[in-house]
Formats: sequence, C-alpha cells, structure tokens
Amino acid sequence: MNFVAPDFMPVLPEIFLLTMTCLVLVIDVFLEQRQRHITYGLAQLTLLGVALLVLLTYARAPTTTMFGHYVKDAMGDLLKFCICLASAAAFLYSRDYLRQRDLFKGEYYVLGLFGVLGMMVMVSAHSLLSVYLGLELLSLSLYALVAVDRDSPVASEAAMKYFVLGSLASGMLLYGISMVYGATGSIDLQVVADAVARQGTNDLVLVFGLVFLVVGLSFKLGAVPFHMWLPDVYQGAPTSVTLYVGSAPKLAAFALVMRVLVDGFGNLQGDWQQMLVILSVLSIALGNLVAIVQSNIKRMLAYSTISHVGFLLLGILAGTPEGYSASMFYIIVYVLMAVGAFGVVILLSRTGFEAENIDDFKGLNDRSPWLAFVMMVVMMSMAGVPFMAGFYAKWVVLQAIVDVGLVWLAIVGVLFSVIGAFYYLRVVKCMYFDKPERNELIEVGRDVEIAISANGLLLIILGLYPTALMTWCSTALLN
Amino acid sequence: MLSELPLLSLVVWFPILGGVAVLFVGDENPGRAKVLALTVAIITFLVGIPLYSSFDPATAAMQFQEFMPWIPAFNANYHLGVDGFSMPLILLTAFMTVLVVIAGWEVIEYRVAQYMAAFLIMEGLMIGVFAALDAILFYVFFEAMLIPMFLIIGIWGGPRRVYATLKFFLYTFLGSVFMLIALIYMYNQANSFEILDFHKLPLGLTEQILIFFAFLLGFAVKVPMWPVHTWLPDAHVEAPTGGSVILAAITLKIGGYGFLRFALPIAPDASAMLDWLIITMSLVAVVYIGFVALVQQDMKKLIAYSSIAHMGFVTLGFFIVFGLYRHTGSLNGAAMGVEGGMVQMVSHGFISGALFLCVGVLYDRVHSRQIRDYGGVVNTMPIFAAFMVLFGMANAGLPGTSGFVGEFMVILSSFKAGFWIAFLASFTLILGAAYTLWLVKRVVFGDIGNSHVAELQDVNNREIVMLSLLAAAVLLLGVWPDPLTSVMHATVDNLLQHVIATKL
Repeated sequence: MNFVAPDFMPVLPEIFLLTMTCLVLVIDVFLEQRQRHITYGLAQLTLLGVALLVLLTYARAPTTTMFGHYVKDAMGDLLKFCICLASAAAFLYSRDYLRQRDLFKGEYYVLGLFGVLGMMVMVSAHSLLSVYLGLELLSLSLYALVAVDRDSPVASEAAMKYFVLGSLASGMLLYGISMVYGATGSIDLQVVADAVARQGTNDLVLVFGLVFLVVGLSFKLGAVPFHMWLPDVYQGAPTSVTLYVGSAPKLAAFALVMRVLVDGFGNLQGDWQQMLVILSVLSIALGNLVAIVQSNIKRMLAYSTISHVGFLLLGILAGTPEGYSASMFYIIVYVLMAVGAFGVVILLSRTGFEAENIDDFKGLNDRSPWLAFVMMVVMMSMAGVPFMAGFYAKWVVLQAIVDVGLVWLAIVGVLFSVIGAFYYLRVVKCMYFDKPERNELIEVGRDVEIAISANGLLLIILGLYPTALMTWCSTALLN
Repeated sequence: MLSELPLLSLVVWFPILGGVAVLFVGDENPGRAKVLALTVAIITFLVGIPLYSSFDPATAAMQFQEFMPWIPAFNANYHLGVDGFSMPLILLTAFMTVLVVIAGWEVIEYRVAQYMAAFLIMEGLMIGVFAALDAILFYVFFEAMLIPMFLIIGIWGGPRRVYATLKFFLYTFLGSVFMLIALIYMYNQANSFEILDFHKLPLGLTEQILIFFAFLLGFAVKVPMWPVHTWLPDAHVEAPTGGSVILAAITLKIGGYGFLRFALPIAPDASAMLDWLIITMSLVAVVYIGFVALVQQDMKKLIAYSSIAHMGFVTLGFFIVFGLYRHTGSLNGAAMGVEGGMVQMVSHGFISGALFLCVGVLYDRVHSRQIRDYGGVVNTMPIFAAFMVLFGMANAGLPGTSGFVGEFMVILSSFKAGFWIAFLASFTLILGAAYTLWLVKRVVFGDIGNSHVAELQDVNNREIVMLSLLAAAVLLLGVWPDPLTSVMHATVDNLLQHVIATKL
C-alpha cells in the first residue's frame, strides 16, 4: 500500500497551535512561579498567531485534506478566528483573577490551548471520526479546567457532574455514529450525505442514528432537556473557567451542528427540523423562566445561555442559507456578549471575594460608572434591545423563521424574550438604582480596561452598523 | 444652502452625540454639564426651525429626505423624511427638551451629567422615531427609547421607582415585539422595509386584521389606551418631573403617531372593520378614566389619568373617519377629526408638560404630591397661581386655549359620525373641567392649608421663563391654530384618500 502524504497547508494553523502548545508546556516546566507571566504571554502570542494564520490562509473555496477527514472553508476560518479572539479575551480577563487565587499556573493555559485545538478540529471536521476526536479533545480539557481549583469542593463536584454527563453524551454520539456507519458504510460526511440522499427517510437505522446524533449534539450545546450539566458547571467552576467554557466552545458547537446536520444530513432536514423545534422551544421557555429566580449571576447567565441556544437552533431549523447565516451571526454576537458579561463579573471579584451574586452588582454605577455602562450594554444586548448588536441577532433569526412560514415559533420566541428581559433588567436595576454595599475601589489593569471597553463598544458599533459582520457570515457560508 | 444640510440627521444625532459629550464632562463638573446640555438642547431646537420654515405645506410627499443603504441584506435603509404629521411633533420634542433641561437645573443634585445626558439621548431617539421612513429604523429608535427612560425613572424617581420603571419597560417591550413580527411578515411580502412601500402593499383581510392587532398592541400601550394604561399612572408618579414631562408630552404622542403612520394606512380595511373597537376604547378612556381622575388624591396621578382621557380624544379623532364615511358617504369633516387629533396631541404636549412642571415646582418646595398637603397656595405664590390656573383652564378645554381647539374639532367631526359618540365624547368637557378645576381649587385657592404652604417662596426667574414659554404656546395655539393646521392639510387629505380606498 502506497503512503501518500496529505496536503498539510490547510491545517497550518492547527499545526502551529499544537507545536506552540507543546512548547508552552515544556517551557512552563522550567519557569518559577514569579516568571509565570511568560507562560501567559506565550499563550496569548500563540492565539494571536493562530488568528493571524487563519486570516492569511483564509479559504476562498473549500479544500479537503487528511483523506477527507478535514475540510478548510470560509465558514470554518471565520469561526476559528472568532474562537481565537474569544479565548484570548478569556485569558486576558482572567489573568488577575487567577493570580489572586493562586491558580496562575501553566496548566490553565496549556489546557486552554488544547481546548482551542479541539474546537478547531471540530470546526473543520469533515468526517464523524474527526467530529468525535475534536469533541473529546475539547471536553477532556474542559473537565480538567473545571477542576483546576483542586481545593474547592464545589468545583470538583461540578467537574464530576460534567464528566459523567459529558461521557454519557459522547456515548450517545458514538452510538449514533456507529448506526450511521452501519446504514451508510462510511463516516465521511460527504459519503454519508450522498447515502442519505439515496436512502432517504425510509431507512429506519439511519433515522435512528440521526436521533442519537441530535441527542449528543444537544448535550454539548446545552439545549433543554439535555441542559442539566450547564448551570452546575457555570456556577461551580472558577469564574475564569466559566468565562472560557461559556464563550468559544459555543462557536465550535455551532460548527458541529452545521457539519453534521446540515452538511451530512441535509436531506433529512424534515426529520431533524421537528426535533430542533422541540429542543428550541423548550430551551427558550425553560431558560428564560428559570433564570428569573436565580440570585447567583453565574447561574443566571447559564440559564440565559440555554435560552440563547434555543434562539440559535431557531435559525438552524429554518433550513435555509439565510437561517444558517442568521444563526452564525447570532452565535458570534452571543459569544461577544458572554465574554463581556463574564468579563465584568471576573473584574469585580477581588482577593478573597467572589462577585457571584446579583446583589454584588449593587451601586456599581457609583463605584465604576464605566464598568456599569459596559455591563448595561451587554445586558441590554442580551435582552435584544436595539442599538445593541443583540437585537439584530434576534431580528435576523426571526426573519429567517418567518421566511419559512413558522410565524408561531417567532411569536413564542419574542414572548419569552420579553420575559427574559426582566432578569437582564434586574442586573441593570442593581447597578444603577441601588446603593453600593461595598465601597472598595475596583482596580482594573490598563490592558484589561481597553479590552473590556472595546468589547462593550463593539456591541454598540455592531448595533449601529451590523452589515459588515452579517455580510461576512453570509458570504462565508456561501462558498 | 440651508436646505442642503442633512437637517433631519442633525436633529437626530446632534443631541445624542451631545449627550455622550455631557457624559464625558462627568458628574464631577455638574455646572459645566448643565451649560453644555442646555446649549445642545437649544441648538437642536434652532436647527429644527428650518424644518418648519422651509416646509412645503402644499404637498403630502415626504420632505427633507435622506437616504443611505444600511443593511442591504434585508433592504433596510437609513431613510429619513418628514410630512405634516411628523414635522410638528419633532419641533414639539425639541422644544420640550429645552424646558426639561431648564426644569432640572437646580433640582437635580445626584449625577447631574448622567441626568442631562439621558434626556438629550432620549430626545435624539424620539426625533428619530418621528423621522424614520424605514420600518426597522423606526423600530430601532422606538425600542432604544426605552433604555434612557428606564434609567431616568429608576435612578431619579420616587420611592416605588423600581416597580414603576420595570412595569413601564416590560409593558412597552411586550407591546412592541409583536409589531416586529408584523414588520418582518410584511417585509416578506413587499421585500422592502420602506414604510411607504408597506402603505401600498396589498394584503388580505385576515392578514390585515392580524397586522392591525400587532400594531394595536404596540401603540395602544404607548398611547396608552384603556385597558392597557395601568403602567402610566405608576410611571408618572414615580418619575422625576422631567421624566413625567417627556413621558406625557412626547412618548404618548409616539403611540398616536404610530396609528397614523402604520395602522391606518397599512391595514385600512381592518381599521374600517374594527373602528368600533378603537372608538369604544377611546370613549371608555374619556368617560371612565375621567371619573377615575376625579377621585385621585395625588396631583401627578390625577394629571396622568387626565392624560389618558385626553389621549382618548386623539384616537377617537383618528378613527372617526370610517364611521363618518359610512354615515354620510363623503369625507366632509373627516379631515377635521384627524387634524383635531393632531392638534390635541401637540396641545396636550404643552398642557400636560406644563401641569407636570407646575406640580414639580410645588414638589421641589414641599416634597409632597398629595393634594391635601396644599391649599391657599395663591396667598404665598401669586405668580405661580396665575400660571397654574391658566394651564388648568387649558386642560379643561377653555376656549382661547389650545386645549379647546383639538377637542372641539374632534367633537364636531364625531357629530357627523353619530350623535351618541359625540354625546359621550362631550363628557370630557364636564369631567375635564370637574377634575381640573377641583384640583386647582383645592391646591391654589382657599385658606392657607398648613405651615409649609405659609413658608412657600414664589417662582424664581428660571421657573417663570419655562412656564411663560409654555403659556405663550398654549395661548397662541388657542387663538391662532392655523400655523399648525396649515402644515398638515395636504398630509391629512392624502391619508384620508388612502384609508378609504380598500386594499382588498
């Protein structure tokens, strides 16, 4: 058998990332604690390097490599670019937090970088095997990251729950993959797609496999009723890890759904559309309703994530190119909001104090008007109030489903966003209408301040002129 | 030269950017923030004047149009323009904002810069609502307006401000999201978000009815019409004086404007079919809410209920056209109904704003809004009492004041549609006089009620300036309404021709 070396050029960013991560791992071993900022700097450089490489090699047309297991296309490149930036922002925001809690260690960055690699593999997966590989690389890094604070019983419990439920989900996914393989004889998504087009809905094994795939994906997305791990992990993990878990992996999960359901099972759209309708309605309803009663802001944001996942699924289930690009726009804007929200939460936490409860935001306008403003922008954007990017995200998704005649779904969506507006407003209420309970100054590093300001302003700029990103999303999906 | 300037963009964005600048001056320099805010507000008003002086009253077409592609993927554009409906309301907004800035001058001590900035940004957004010719642009301004008002009530409001402001936000938000779905639905038919394209869009009766109800939900909450009015008394009572003024004078008008711009021309057949519903709701507001106003103990609450009753006249005037057309077979007198509604909107903007400012003047001195805490104010504050009596008379609809003109036109018009409608509508003349004059009697006249009233200082120059500006406006509009009505004749005729032509 001849060995033909595959074309390595399309995976250049991933190779660079892997090399650098190993390098960081080795260098970190030889550093003393006071030199740990070198690890941090290298990790940031790596992420920026990868982002740059992705942009430089931006795909005009899709190319597959690694014997059809891997694809490089514009959608993947855009998502990878956002993943790198979101992770870099997460590293930046959490630096001081980790330092104050004696968690400023190499593991956080190495695991984080491996997680990024996993996400990039997921984004570019072109076979069910690389889907699974990427997913596990990401998940294993996340399990370890959640437990990175070994002395915290809450974090360990969260990590344990996450691990058990995540493994269950992986099992479901694998089971689904095996059925699909049995029905189509291949794990290459292109071959699967052809087989699906031939065999269609009559193949019971294939539809059965699809059900298991959807269940596995919903676990990873956190859609109701497979959401149970999400609030516990968000609340239990150190805020720096919540920030990481809650942002970039959502982009990868979106890519996963696109690759498997749209690229692989596009011809069974009628079948998975019905499943997604149930998942999304339940997510939007439960996420928004349960978030109202939360007093812990991390848990509240977890339920808000669930409701946003419901909205994301709305765009996908429309099953049109407009719907997919709407969902992509939605998830990118969502990640921008999530990074900002957890960023403010983490900046309020000081040595020996976790800003975990909504009450900790009381009187923020008196303590730091600018941070309060950024948080208000993020909250209003999540609620979908205009002149914030979040409104356009909701609008394009609604537009996509009204387009395919599902007006009732749009009405359910907007009704629950009104209910959802309440808990976002409650945060604004605490920041602006209440008197502060604590008065110590909030010290924020110059670089972090610039980043969080840019984060908030970007939400307004995208709100005034969303066209650029919208066009980028729709052209990325077209080729 | 003047007409080449993008006037509308200027009056929308100048106050918003000015508000941001005021924020940057910061709460540490309240003096400079106030001066800057007043300058921005006055310049905005001056920039708005050419909108009136260069306005061509002979045409119903949109004027001062500005067009720029905004979101090409959905054919949504940055399209501004005004006609006879929106232009007076823009000027009203710019005028009232100047007064609000003056009204907050010495009174607001907490976070002055943020207070002024909130009102300036609010002004820009409200003008944007009136000037937008693109439905998504309209919706964006319409919703964005909630944020500054939410903060104004919540930060500078009274004891129950959090409840009031949340109720205000959620009520309006709930009303407007259905409108968004209606807009998206129409985009799918028209492939454009131009409001003027929506006017021409042929729609079936069921579609029209659903769209009509979506708009009704959105705008009825804003107006507010009975029975979705309950947020207004709460919001008014808790809001700071400036917030009440803007709420009553401008944001309520946005609901009325929405009916003219969207509901009537887009769904004319549904409007004709359901006009009984609107007329019933309006008459209930006039009669029932009038009685409710009569028993209020809180001055602000009384004026709030009186606002609901007066806004009932506006919606009555707008929807009387169908009954009139059915009854008489001609459009004679229908224009009077719509114009009366418009005059009523502008006049109510002045009068309710003035009354809230009067209450504010008293509240700043005594820190109570309860009627029973006053009495005999005329003995210590004669100048103020004169103003209060004038605005009270205007609110009661006394001839010679602007309050009379609008109500008279609407009643005349409704007589042609049916005697009983006019009969019930005329209740306002009795009830309005009753609750307003009784309020004036209990607060202003009589013996000095208590030691607080005995120590009252009369209005200072700042307060005299803002009250006399309003008094001049109320009287001018009362004796000579032509400058206002003449700019809208063409627009009103165009609207009426449009709404009686069926779309089916």
